[in-house]
Amino acid sequence: MKYLHLIWAALFRRKGRTFLTLVSIITAFLLFGLLDAVRVGFDEVGKSANGAQRLQTGSKLSFIQLLPMSLSERIKAIDGVKDAAYANWFGGAYQKPENQVFSFATSPNYVDMYPEMEVSAEARKALADTKDGAIVGEGLVRRFGWKVGDKVPMISTIFPDRNGSQNWTFTIVGTIKVTDKKAGAWYDQMFLFNWKYFDDTTPWNQGQVGWYVTRVKDVNQADRVLKAIDAISANSDHETRTLTEAAAMSGWMKQVADINLIVTSIMGAVFFTLLLLAGNTMMQAVRERTGEIAVLKTLGFSGESVLAMVLAESVLLLVIGGVVGLGLASAIGPTVSSMSGGALNLPAAGAKSWAIGVGLMLFFGLVVGMLPALRAMRVNITDALAGRA
Amino acid sequence: MTFLKNLGLLLLTVVALVAWVMLPWQGALAIAVLLTAWMFLFRTGAQTRSVASVGISTLTQRMGSSAVIVVGIAGVVGVLVALLAMAEGYAETLRNSGSEDTAIVMRGASANEVSSSLSRDDILQIGQAPGLARNDKGEPIVSAETVVAANLPIKGSTTGDEGSAQVRGVSEAAFVVRPNVKIIEGRIFQPGLRELVVGKGAVRQFEGLKVGATLKLGNQPWTIVGIFASGDAMESELWGDANAVNDVYRPGSGGSRNSATVKLTKPAALKEFQDSLEHNPQLKVKASTTLEFFAKQSEQMTKTLRIIGIVVGSIMAVGAVFGALNTMFAAVASRAREIATLRAIGFRGMPVVIAVMLETMLLALIGGAVGGLIAWAVFNGYEASTMAAGSVGKLSFNLRVSGGLLWEGIKWALAIGFIGGLFPAVRAASLPVTTALREL
Repeated sequence: MKYLHLIWAALFRRKGRTFLTLVSIITAFLLFGLLDAVRVGFDEVGKSANGAQRLQTGSKLSFIQLLPMSLSERIKAIDGVKDAAYANWFGGAYQKPENQVFSFATSPNYVDMYPEMEVSAEARKALADTKDGAIVGEGLVRRFGWKVGDKVPMISTIFPDRNGSQNWTFTIVGTIKVTDKKAGAWYDQMFLFNWKYFDDTTPWNQGQVGWYVTRVKDVNQADRVLKAIDAISANSDHETRTLTEAAAMSGWMKQVADINLIVTSIMGAVFFTLLLLAGNTMMQAVRERTGEIAVLKTLGFSGESVLAMVLAESVLLLVIGGVVGLGLASAIGPTVSSMSGGALNLPAAGAKSWAIGVGLMLFFGLVVGMLPALRAMRVNITDALAGRA
Repeated sequence: MTFLKNLGLLLLTVVALVAWVMLPWQGALAIAVLLTAWMFLFRTGAQTRSVASVGISTLTQRMGSSAVIVVGIAGVVGVLVALLAMAEGYAETLRNSGSEDTAIVMRGASANEVSSSLSRDDILQIGQAPGLARNDKGEPIVSAETVVAANLPIKGSTTGDEGSAQVRGVSEAAFVVRPNVKIIEGRIFQPGLRELVVGKGAVRQFEGLKVGATLKLGNQPWTIVGIFASGDAMESELWGDANAVNDVYRPGSGGSRNSATVKLTKPAALKEFQDSLEHNPQLKVKASTTLEFFAKQSEQMTKTLRIIGIVVGSIMAVGAVFGALNTMFAAVASRAREIATLRAIGFRGMPVVIAVMLETMLLALIGGAVGGLIAWAVFNGYEASTMAAGSVGKLSFNLRVSGGLLWEGIKWALAIGFIGGLFPAVRAASLPVTTALREL
């Protein structure tokens, strides 16, 4: 520690070079921070404490197959089940088909399944009383500039009404407040309305539901309960497949893309380049200081302490760059997320990302510094001072 | 004064970059030819040549720091090209799926086939519309198809993950409207039987799809009797007889289907066909060419992939620019005396600037070529899959590193080299000769 000022002075001996190297390190860790946020975002979907209590039941055949309504009561009767709700995918879009909205036709108790969504008692009552009522996430309200009481037209990309028109109208009766921002920005984008209105309006549904959401009393019983749910319809023409929310979500994500692989390969290329670049800087730094190192040794510094000082210098270089880069990523990520209106979710780097990041900084610092440090340790005083090294 | 000069330099960089982005390869070639001509025909050109040749011939002595530029830029170009190849491969697979002389008819406003529905009557009416090509028997070529999804176990998954595959119920006409579909193993399914032919892409993604195997779809056993290839999105699907698929998935739905793909007599016949459908009061359908239909589906995804590629590439490029700056500043500093000597004996500033930039851009070119080649060797034809927009199954596609993409990568490399070389070059040329000569 007492040599910190020496290391610091060595690091900024050539300000221009150190600055240029730092910018390269910063960009590498900025990219790491952003990509890791994407990976974590994908990874942690559905892995919240509330999510662990929820099971999702869909048709075993495929996700477009519907299930009979009658399952509802039978699921609720299973021991260990707190409550069960159901929903249908609506495929709604606002004004233009491109403005897709997460819109579900849901049973009245659907919101109870999700403590992450806070809906006031008045809003819930209004929803129950208004046939075409809908409650919408606050993010969606901001995105489209809606307010409670508005009548909004929605295009369903799937379901026509009895006249064959795919234009539906809803009355917004309340908003959904997301209590746990981290658990999922997507609740903020939710558009929920009465299943009854849906079933009455379209001739295409006829009393069927898309999927069931079951809340269990005890998380440890989840496995038993999900088997019991699937047992109800075993060998029928509507066999079900029940998964925990986390498993269901990660299954979906995996179908979209192998995010892990993509992120890992990009970061591999980035860090390989970084190693070479920082390594070159450290090499240059030690080479031009050969004389100074010889002086240090003449003064009585041991080879090991010279080695340690060069290593410390390179670790310091990486840590300064890395911390600034990750910090930038934490600042940029949430800004981009809020600008994208919830379409993109890049949370600030969490404790885990920081831990990985700092680990990488230390590791790369040591790797990068090793060769120059060894060279510094082996500097021969007489040769160096005579200008022969 | 220095401030103004730096500002001017910065502006020049921006202008040059913008022009560079828009430049086609012919333009780049013209610049290269002009530059070579100048170097051989003019006095200052000859000076540039000699300064540059000194710099380039001593590159090998600065292996380590030159490698920083080459590898740094190779990294940027490699990642960029690989990500863009994903967009390109995806777009191409969907583009291949469509053609200009076939049209797809769906219920009005349906965004995709699954959410569309056509009754038996609708299909008969569509067949009577003008503009349709006819087969040997004089019947209009209409392929009415049912599209459903099936959950199948994903290949290589240890946790029993299931993925979604698109299942298409078809008749013989499906093979007529898509002549690129070829059975490569086994035979075609027999009408009325629960038999399937599966696409090559589906075989790659899902467990247990081989000729002779039995598959449970919609609670009924189906036998796989053949494998087909088509080189497009269809390859990710499972095909069976339309009536058999309807029987299992939608009992009682009779002759209804999801969509109809028709063959037009010629691309220009589309207008006539569309008009006739639109003016038929009994129909509420929309027709578009399959080319347009698939292009529309790939649009959003391709755009997103390209944006991701360019954002990641840009961040990496910033890092590489600073790496190059670092290296070239060091290179110029170590040659400060030599450059000053040249200027003292009468070399102008311009040849020095251009020579240093040529050196950097040569390194950048090597880096770009290496990066592009690695991306090509590793990722061209690499298999990827995603849940495609407008479909209910996983779409398998191959990454495609085209010549155009490689050129785009080289362009990026040269742009990085340009910025990385410009500032050190100007510094080298503007350092007062006396200072440089005295300095060590």
